Amino acid sequence: MNVPAEPFAAEIVAVDDHTFVRREMQAALPPPRRQVGIIGWMRENLFSSILNTILTLVGIALVLLIVPPLVRFLVIDAVWTGDNREACLAPGTGACWPFVKAKFGQFIYGFYPIDQRWRVNVVFALGAALLAPLLVLSWPGKKLNAFLFFGVYPVIAFILLTGGNINASAFLLQRFNLIRPLTGDVTVAGLNVAFWADYILTAVGAGLGALLGNARGLARAVAATMLVLGVIILAWDIDFGLQPVETRQWGGLLVTLVIAVTGIVTSLPLGILLALGRRSKMPIVRLLSIIFIEFWRGVPLITVLFFATYMLPLFLPTGTNPDGLLRALVGVAMFTAAYLAETVRGGLQAIPKGQYEGAMAMGLTWGQMMRLIILPQALTLVIPSIVNSFISLFKDTTLVLIVSIFDFLGQLRAAFTDPNWASPVTLYTGFAFAGIVYFLFCFGMSRYSMFVERRLDTSHRH
Amino acid sequence: MNEATSIVASDELPAVHTEPGRETAVELIGVHKWYGEFHVLKDINLRVRRGERIVICGPSGSGKSTMIRCINRLEEHQKGTIVVDGIELTNDLKRIDEIRREVGMCFQHFNLFPHLTILENCTLAPIWVRKMPKKDAEELAMHFLKKVKIPEQANKYPGQLSGGQQQRVAIARALCMKPKIMLFDEPTSALDPEMVKEVLETMVSLAEEGMTMLCVTHEMGFARQVANRVIFMDAGQIIEMNEPDAFFSNPQHERTRLFLSQILH
Repeated sequence: MNVPAEPFAAEIVAVDDHTFVRREMQAALPPPRRQVGIIGWMRENLFSSILNTILTLVGIALVLLIVPPLVRFLVIDAVWTGDNREACLAPGTGACWPFVKAKFGQFIYGFYPIDQRWRVNVVFALGAALLAPLLVLSWPGKKLNAFLFFGVYPVIAFILLTGGNINASAFLLQRFNLIRPLTGDVTVAGLNVAFWADYILTAVGAGLGALLGNARGLARAVAATMLVLGVIILAWDIDFGLQPVETRQWGGLLVTLVIAVTGIVTSLPLGILLALGRRSKMPIVRLLSIIFIEFWRGVPLITVLFFATYMLPLFLPTGTNPDGLLRALVGVAMFTAAYLAETVRGGLQAIPKGQYEGAMAMGLTWGQMMRLIILPQALTLVIPSIVNSFISLFKDTTLVLIVSIFDFLGQLRAAFTDPNWASPVTLYTGFAFAGIVYFLFCFGMSRYSMFVERRLDTSHRH
Repeated sequence: MNEATSIVASDELPAVHTEPGRETAVELIGVHKWYGEFHVLKDINLRVRRGERIVICGPSGSGKSTMIRCINRLEEHQKGTIVVDGIELTNDLKRIDEIRREVGMCFQHFNLFPHLTILENCTLAPIWVRKMPKKDAEELAMHFLKKVKIPEQANKYPGQLSGGQQQRVAIARALCMKPKIMLFDEPTSALDPEMVKEVLETMVSLAEEGMTMLCVTHEMGFARQVANRVIFMDAGQIIEMNEPDAFFSNPQHERTRLFLSQILH
């Protein structure tokens, strides 16, 4: 606010310490020297008290104890070249890096056919090319970018990794044996006519049904869903001439990333929906959300994976046998979604009532209010916990090993059994390598989340 | 009590609409509300004419906030009828949204959206509720930000503004919806004393333009200068309602006299 700039009356003089009138405003001075600069920082942060000084010295001792041997093992004494175990047998050798080099392909691709590995590379490169601009918050075209990454990329990745050509044969009407007797199993350009007749009839039927029921919005939603689904199935059904690669042949970092990325991308929206459901005023929605969340939180991930792999087939009708990796994927996504739901709910609860009232008073609908006002703030608040869950999910992917899917760590352990590379340091080298790779991913996520947190913080608290 | 409001002589204020059939902006008939067992609003009857400015005062817990929050359904009443701009409030969500579009509200704690800039705060509802193109909404928002005298803050975040500035943004945000009725729920109670004046000035200029206003406030200077009627509430009831001159100079009810003697020194 405007402070009157007129000079203070000179005749008013402070005579004792009972009354006082300021005549000159005090200018701001720099802080004392001892509190700034490196010395000041060290004084304040490392040696501010006796306890702090002791802790600093213990910390330095620990670093001296751990770091030099680690560097010696990983770098100085390490073996860098060699063709087999002979290179790493000498006593006192450090890390056996030729082992990692020789097995590198296996660590990344698992048992993916060697001549088809280019497909995995394309998927990796495409993913990185689409993800990088999405992560840079200031980059323009976020909508298109997000559509490509979340909408188009998974479809392409599926085709490239599996080979596509899923041979869709039955949709809905087929199950009641309605179409095939009429058309027979005719295949045009790799597409099953019976399936597509079935699909189109079902779509038109559902749309007409909604129209007759005078629910135009529903009809439009049905049309849009069936159209999008149709395009995806069509893309997956076309024979691109790629050699099919079963998920059993996948492995290594490929599997780790597939599970982690799908898990992250599907569990967050699901978690948000569950959190909203649990806070809903509609009792049925709330009850279902609570049951879902408490169920998945109440069972260990290992149990989920075991159940999905070995027990689920017993319950499903014969003939339907979903892919093993897919079942693990769904299990991991559900499991993480339940945790995220509670995290997001925590964020929702932290938003003051006034924000809801401000939004409602302006006439926003419930959906607009949640999407534009409440969720952006709630999610920003819980970024640390969300990323916590993601990091934990990334590392938990390795549990799929128990259902015979060989992720990165699984491949590593498989490589240990190769007698060609049996040496005293193979095990340590492998785990050191795995540790570094996991650390890079997790630390990357952690740093990125901190960047986003700072970037989205508009509270301007000091 | 507050000199800040003696800026406008009351004869500059526009007259209240009286054209027949369209003269009622808000009508409450026999409205009751309970919080659980607690009877918070008891038989409220009030008719607000178009262009009328009403100040509601009373001790805390008297139900004055609850009453005006019933008008845009931030609180639900359990008995009686509320008609806003010719639309009766029921559980019909469409009607509630329709009413909220026409009724602007300013809160004690501003309730600005901290993750959006001042401009985005103002354009949000026009864009999403009125389906206005972004450019038009921004022009409109700048118009009202100029009116509340803070256009230069448009690209800052609420957290960077003083309380008084935030409340003026809140007023501009509400005005961007071109409301027919404005509700104020203690708009100056959370402000530093130095900031009260700027907010009251904004409200006075709004009154000059003939906005229908219902204002819960204890700024009696404001009430004297701007209000057509002053309402005193206690224990969930309207105790006294009169034109400001008569209300302040000659309060009828004993409770009103006590209240006024407490706040006017």
